[in-house]
This record gives sequence, structure tokens and C-alpha cells, in this order.
Amino acid sequence: MAKKRIKKIALHFLIIFSVLVVCAPVLLAIIISTQTLAEVFSYPPKFTPSRNFSNYGAALKNVNLVRMMLNSTFIAIIVTLGKIIMSLLAAFAFTHFKFKGKNILFFVVLVTLLLPIPVRIVALFDIVSKLKWIDTYWGLIVPFLASATGTFLFIQRFKMVPMELLDAAKMDGCSPMRYLLQILIPVSANTIGALIVIEFIYIWNQYLWPLMATNSKHMRVVQIGVKMLIQTESINNWGIIMAGVVMTMIPPLVVFFVMQESFMRGFALASEK
Amino acid sequence: MQSYFKGKWLPYLLLLPTYVILIAFLFYPAFETFRLSLYKVHPFGIRKIFAGFYNFRKLFGSADYLHSFWISFLFSLSVVVIGLFLSMMIAVLLNQKLKGQKIYRSLLIWPYALSPAIAGALFRFLFNPVNGYMLYLSEVILGVEPEWLTSGSLAIVIITMAATWKNLGYNIIFYLTGLQNVQRESLEAASIDGAGPVRRFWIITFPLLSPTTFFLLIMNLIYSYFSSFGLIDVLTEGGPANATNILIYQLYQDFFVNHKIGYAAAESFILFTLVVGLTLIQFRTTGRKVHYQ
Repeated sequence: MAKKRIKKIALHFLIIFSVLVVCAPVLLAIIISTQTLAEVFSYPPKFTPSRNFSNYGAALKNVNLVRMMLNSTFIAIIVTLGKIIMSLLAAFAFTHFKFKGKNILFFVVLVTLLLPIPVRIVALFDIVSKLKWIDTYWGLIVPFLASATGTFLFIQRFKMVPMELLDAAKMDGCSPMRYLLQILIPVSANTIGALIVIEFIYIWNQYLWPLMATNSKHMRVVQIGVKMLIQTESINNWGIIMAGVVMTMIPPLVVFFVMQESFMRGFALASEK
Repeated sequence: MQSYFKGKWLPYLLLLPTYVILIAFLFYPAFETFRLSLYKVHPFGIRKIFAGFYNFRKLFGSADYLHSFWISFLFSLSVVVIGLFLSMMIAVLLNQKLKGQKIYRSLLIWPYALSPAIAGALFRFLFNPVNGYMLYLSEVILGVEPEWLTSGSLAIVIITMAATWKNLGYNIIFYLTGLQNVQRESLEAASIDGAGPVRRFWIITFPLLSPTTFFLLIMNLIYSYFSSFGLIDVLTEGGPANATNILIYQLYQDFFVNHKIGYAAAESFILFTLVVGLTLIQFRTTGRKVHYQ
């Protein structure tokens, strides 16, 4: 059995090596964010953390990162909620009703997958300007409320609910909305969990659209804040910049780790064809 | 037998919010953008003149645009090939029965939650020419101090590394799901026949993973063509000397910085044809098993 043990140890070694490589950029960012100015600029560079947390305060102050964090959090929560509600309703209509034009309407949702922001950016900017939504929350929220991904995930989940349940509910005189609220939504917990992760991260990480659709300091979002930190730090104090970077990645990581199990389960479900 | 709720208007009412958004902010702007690609538009949109394919002819006659096309191709190809290879290997390792499997999994997929802009900032820091860790490490290990971000070809290497690193978690998640669907029995059958682990991987696991690979191929291409804007803007701003000026960055420059509206609309249309092409391939291949035999 010695051979088996060697194999196991080799496996652990390989995985730990991959973990180190994957984590290294962020670990080094955390390390430098705790160093003093002199340590940041020392050569050879110092590979160990210090106990200096002033960089975090400086990053928050230099570009008003607090405001940006609040903006991003607000937008991400509203859009995630909106996408989930709208796609729940749409998926419910597609799976539980018979109506004219269903196939065409479904095809229309499908086609939106072909229209990411860069494909329509020129006219989208024009429309949002005409609505006077530039530099407002409206412009960052409303264009993103519909979700093809959400609709598809919920359709797949709803189709797995046994038909007998629906028949029994109808016999009892259960109304459609009550069926959605009391039966379908509770059984879709994993799908909702997966969507919270996918959509929160998607909105939090957006860059191109917020860059164009906002211009005042108090409407900027965190991703733009990262760029602004690099630009304002004229001497490139990487300690301060990385402190800002570390702070901006905490919220999506928290969402990811808290929801990880249901995310993986909802995802596995989604990829079952 | 499928059974339904009764209701004539309710389904339309349920769909209404989604379609209002889709029409106002997806279909209409896409259509308008395509229409504008046929016009010469005065900066700030005051006047426009129909110009047929003028914008497209000018784009494909421009050495800068063709360069951008080529850079995008090179960049996306590297991101796809390197990224898929590494993530498949890591997923296979993670799929072995090991102590601490779940913790390892979490530690390897979490960069999924980070943004391309964050990846850009991290790699700009690691490779910065003043006191970057990579500058020091390359001197210690290789004995050279390459001009990481100031040389064009090395800058492409760095954006490729950053983009690949950022998308690794996403790819691993899908490969892990794919591996769970690869039947255990077929692996056991092959091990009875005396096939070693490497051979077993190539004759059984790899072909069975091919639907996942095809899906990820397309998703990674879309990622590198469209979602890497933030990465480029933070890491290189398209430089040095346009070396990392991929199509999406060029589009932003032409639209938002140079206000060449018709031109930018034409670039959007070209990107659209790329998405359509890639998506068609995806629809044809996913859901259907593709075997190399």
C-alpha cells in the first residue's frame, strides 16, 4: 500500500501547488496593503506582511470608496432582486400557461443572449441620455432588469416539479399566484441561490457601462474606483491601491462563499440537459 | 400529459415587465446601432448622412483596425487554449477522492467572484516596473529583468495571464460538473482491462468531457472578446503603442473618446456577427455529445 500513499501525497502536493498559484496574486496584494510606504518601495521587495493598516483608511479617503461601495451594493441588490422576480414571473408564464405566440415570445428571450452591451452600446447610450438617466441610479439599474439566464434556469427547475402536484393544487382550487408563491418558489431555493451568486457578481463587476453612464464622483461604482485609485496615486503607492482592491473584492466573495453550496447545486441542475 | 392553469390575460401580464425591458433596452438599441452603422454621423449626433457600407469599408481598410482584429484573435485563442487546459487538469485532480476535497475546491474556484478590472489591477501591481514582485522574481529565477509592461509582446502575455487566471474558477466549476456526469463504471471497466490512469483519461474521460469543453470554448471566447474591457482599461489602456488594443477597447475609444459614432456602430455590428457566429456553434454542439472517435 506504500505506492498508494505516495500517490495520495503527490496528489495533495499538486493540488496545494495549484492553490498557491491561484491565490498568490491576492495574497501578495494583501501583504503589500499592510506595508508602510518605505516597505512598499523597498528592493528586493518584502514578502511578509506588516501591521500597518493606514493604507485602508487612505484608500477610502482618496477616492471616496465608501460611497462607491454603497452605490455598487445598492445597484447589485436591486438588479439581482429585479432579475429574479421578473424571470420567476416569465418562467411561470412559459411553463404553466397555454397562450398564443408562446413560441415566438420564447424565441425572443433566447435571442437576447446575442445582444451583450457592446453590441448595442452606441444607441443604448443615446436612449439613456434622452431619458436623462445618465449619472443616475436609473441608468445603472433599469436596462439590466430582464434576464434570459434567470428565465431559462427557472423554466428548467419548474419542469422538474411533478405534474401531480399541479393537478392536486387545481383540484383544491389553488390560484396560479398562490401556486407560484407557495409551491414553486420554495422548491426553487437552489436555483434562486445560484442566481443570487451569478447576478450579484455580474452587476458588482460591471465596468464598461458604468464608466460611460456615470460621470460625477458620487455616482461612480467600485470597479471604476479601482482605476481612479491607480490614477490618483501619482507615485503609485501600491500599498494604498491594493488596500482599495482588497476591499472592493470582499462583498462578491462573501456572497460567493455564503451561497456556495446552493450555487454549485443550482449550477449542476442547470447544466443537466 | 402537460396540464396548465386557465387564464387568458395572466400569462401576458406575467411576461410584460420582461418584454418592456427587452424591447426598450435590448432590441431597440441593437437595431438603432445597426442602423447607425450605415450613416456618417456628426460628432454629438447633430447631423447624419446615409453612407451605405462606408464605415465598414473604412474599418477594414484601416491598418489599426486590422491590427486590433489580429490582437483580439491571438489574445482570445491563448486565453481559451491555456485556460481550458489548466482548468481541465485541475478539475481532474479535484475529482479524486481526497481529504479536504471541499476546501481545495473552494480555494481553487473563488476567483470566479472577482472582476476583470480587479484582475487587471492585481497584475499591474505584480508586474509593475518599479517594485513589482514579478520583476524581482524573474531576476532571481531567470536572471533577467524583462520590461514586462513596457514591451508590447510581453504586455500581451500579461493580459493573457490575467484573463486566464480570472476565468479559471468559472472553467473549473463547469469541468467539475462535467466530470460528475462521466460514468464511474466506464472508468472501472477500463481499469480492469489494465489501462493506466493517463491512458484512461485520454480514452474515456477526455472524450466524455467534450460537450463541456465545447461549451467552455465558446463562453471563453465571448469572455475574452467582450468582458475583458475592464481588464485592459486598468492594466494597459490598450498600450504600449496599441499592442493590447483589442476590438472592444478600440470600440470604446472610437465611440466615447473620439466620438466617431457611425464608425463605432459599425464596430458594434462586427462584434455582433462574431457573437452570432460563436453562439450558433454553441447551439449546434451543446446538448449533443461530441466524441472524438
